[in-house]
Amino acid sequence: MELTGAQALIKSLEMQRVDVMFGLPGGAILPVYDPIIDSSIRHILVRHEQGAGHMAQGYAQVTGRPGVAMVTSGPGATNIVTPLADAYMDSTPLVVVSGQVATTAIGTDAFQESDITGITMGVTKHNWLITDPADIPRVVAEAFHVATTGRPGPVLIDMPKDVSNASMEWYWPGPGDLDLPGYRPVTVGDPALVRQAAELLLASRRPVIYAGGGILKARAAEVLRELAERTGIPVVTTLMARGSFPDSHPLCLGMPGMHGNYTAVTSMQRSDLLIALGSRFDDRVTGRVDAFAPEAKVIHVDIDPAEHHKVRRADVAIAGDCRLVIEELLVALEALGLPHSDATVGGKGGSPSDAPPGAEAVPGSPAAAHPRTGLAPWRDQVSAWQRDFPLGYHQDPTDGPLKPQFVLETLRDATPEDTIVASGVGQHQMFASQWWRFDHPYTWVNSGGLGTMGFAVPSAIGAKVGRPDKTVWAVDGDGCFQMTAQELVTASSERIPVKIAILNNAYLGMVRQWQEMFYEERYSEVYLSPDLPDYVQWAEAMGCVGLRVETPGDVAPAIDKANSVDDRPVVIDFRTDAFEKVFPMVAAGQSNDDIVVDPSLGQGGR
Amino acid sequence: MTVYGTDKRHHTLSVLVENKAGVLSRVAGLFSRRGYNIFSLAVAPSDDPRFSRITIVVDVASAPLEQIVQQLHKLIPVVSITQLPPESSKERELILATVGVGPETRGQVIQLVGVFEGKIIDVGHDRLTVMLAGDPAKVDDFEELLRPYGIVELQRTGRVALPKLTRTEPPSGRVLGFSSAHDTEKAG
Repeated sequence: MELTGAQALIKSLEMQRVDVMFGLPGGAILPVYDPIIDSSIRHILVRHEQGAGHMAQGYAQVTGRPGVAMVTSGPGATNIVTPLADAYMDSTPLVVVSGQVATTAIGTDAFQESDITGITMGVTKHNWLITDPADIPRVVAEAFHVATTGRPGPVLIDMPKDVSNASMEWYWPGPGDLDLPGYRPVTVGDPALVRQAAELLLASRRPVIYAGGGILKARAAEVLRELAERTGIPVVTTLMARGSFPDSHPLCLGMPGMHGNYTAVTSMQRSDLLIALGSRFDDRVTGRVDAFAPEAKVIHVDIDPAEHHKVRRADVAIAGDCRLVIEELLVALEALGLPHSDATVGGKGGSPSDAPPGAEAVPGSPAAAHPRTGLAPWRDQVSAWQRDFPLGYHQDPTDGPLKPQFVLETLRDATPEDTIVASGVGQHQMFASQWWRFDHPYTWVNSGGLGTMGFAVPSAIGAKVGRPDKTVWAVDGDGCFQMTAQELVTASSERIPVKIAILNNAYLGMVRQWQEMFYEERYSEVYLSPDLPDYVQWAEAMGCVGLRVETPGDVAPAIDKANSVDDRPVVIDFRTDAFEKVFPMVAAGQSNDDIVVDPSLGQGGR
Repeated sequence: MTVYGTDKRHHTLSVLVENKAGVLSRVAGLFSRRGYNIFSLAVAPSDDPRFSRITIVVDVASAPLEQIVQQLHKLIPVVSITQLPPESSKERELILATVGVGPETRGQVIQLVGVFEGKIIDVGHDRLTVMLAGDPAKVDDFEELLRPYGIVELQRTGRVALPKLTRTEPPSGRVLGFSSAHDTEKAG
């Protein structure tokens, strides 16, 4: 069967079971847009290519399937560089197809030419410039394979216009036809190392599981829970891992790091063993590296061996898929005498193996879920921190400014518990991570590593496209919203009913917070205005329902109204307190021991 | 990580890569964006036309060698990486130098080239272009001894290297000449 390169590309995407793609056409990609008319793939026309990339990310983060975006050459391609960089940092599988000028014009500074494979080399897992139409099916198959296996990540396929127009004989490559001699991702952990890890784990007295985004990438939330429950080890979930272990679980300590809660931060600092699972010792988690968890040995499980010893030298470094390695670890622990799962899962009916007489665990408590009473003093210490240093804020119920935390708590309680929350980057992101209760995996969509402002609106749209059955809320800041709000036009025209809560404090809030705390309240270029633009009018102009909330009493009714709309997007402009800061906080470059808790709680930090 | 040789900062990596457009740029880009320093770099096709061999001497003062190796491994076109410590590899480098010579120094330079078993490859009225291939230390010595005569132009190729052959064990089957003990299996 003879096809054009363009037809072969679309057919190849169909062969990869792509059901939706996000994009915006232009000159060099024109030939590829023609067969889309006849394709089973739904194409969502964005208003800016950055939106297409973030939508594909949101789609990928909630479905686990690769997000697909298509753009034209030159500015179309450069506009999607930010989402590629974002996906690369957060290991999100993305396949981006960019148009390119004809092969004969490459290198001549042709109209809308840019060297996008060169530009994106450092922000993609790999990229391809196709020069022969016969390569198209093979390259597409390779691209999806590379994007989704090993440590997932974004890839880019650059399609010159003459390659799209040329004809080729259709074929579909088998697994053996991929030409990737240098790509052999690991999956299973080395048994000897897994055994060493099991021994370290059983010898520890103050262990913490440090769960990262790799848990979600590896679909390992269930085995993580089994590991935690059977060993009784508390779990911190990084910003990228929120939802990978239920916040309501007694062993869950929540988010560590610069704005992590006191217990999560301090239990890592005092730990004698960090079990890092798919986490990468990011500077926002470790604070000053030489002061981070000084007494802890480290087990580091990561599918990317380059993460091992990069920031912190591990005592046992296991290269492998988190789900498979945790399964292996459970087997190794059993071999070393950890009681069988039947006795302990969920803490029901478990008879503590090394429990002293009379040490009956309270059902539902961390200890109940765990037979190793040697950890009881540690869990008691952790519980004491949780009791003494909770997250806090003060909302005057009748008067006074609206607190962002209050908005989030009200929103959390008024939405289904498996609601997907997307966020931008800044104070609102930290508030959302702190105050939401993530009890399900794949319900938190955010830009962690790159910290891309404007991520929330498009990623929420992509998430809703991927999971139309779920309620999707974007928690956004006013600064972020202004960066990508135009995609609400996309959402309105495509009938994608996302809901946006703007925590509008009229400032670039996180920068303002730093200027207040570290620059002697010299506020430089952070004021935005609460009502320029008028967010309600803007929302309505984009085909959304627009609402404004200024007092605590109006929060719940507005959210209820938003939840009742399901035929178009809703935007709520919450006018929040500009003076509210994110606490706890570990200042940049400081030790995690110097965590500062909310001064309003009266504890004054440490 | 092994620290070896007289110069502990420089480690030689022999990197087998797919012979495709842009691969050198990917390797060089990785070094620049991660802040790793390259001391020297030599690229040429290997015995298999599908692959090229890049011999990189890296400066490990800029980053731990294992980080550099693991990051290189992540590049999709990198097929294998062989670490080549001097004590178990054969390293060679080539130098071309044009030296200014007068009536009384011409003979001295020719003699020096003879002692080092180099070659004179071009002769001018007041200049000689000389060549030497040898292990890097020898090339260093040669360059140093040439310097007083006045080096007009100089070009060194950077090192290339192969694992030293062992005579105590029977020959083992080698895939692409790359199954030595120093091979790093690619992962991730």
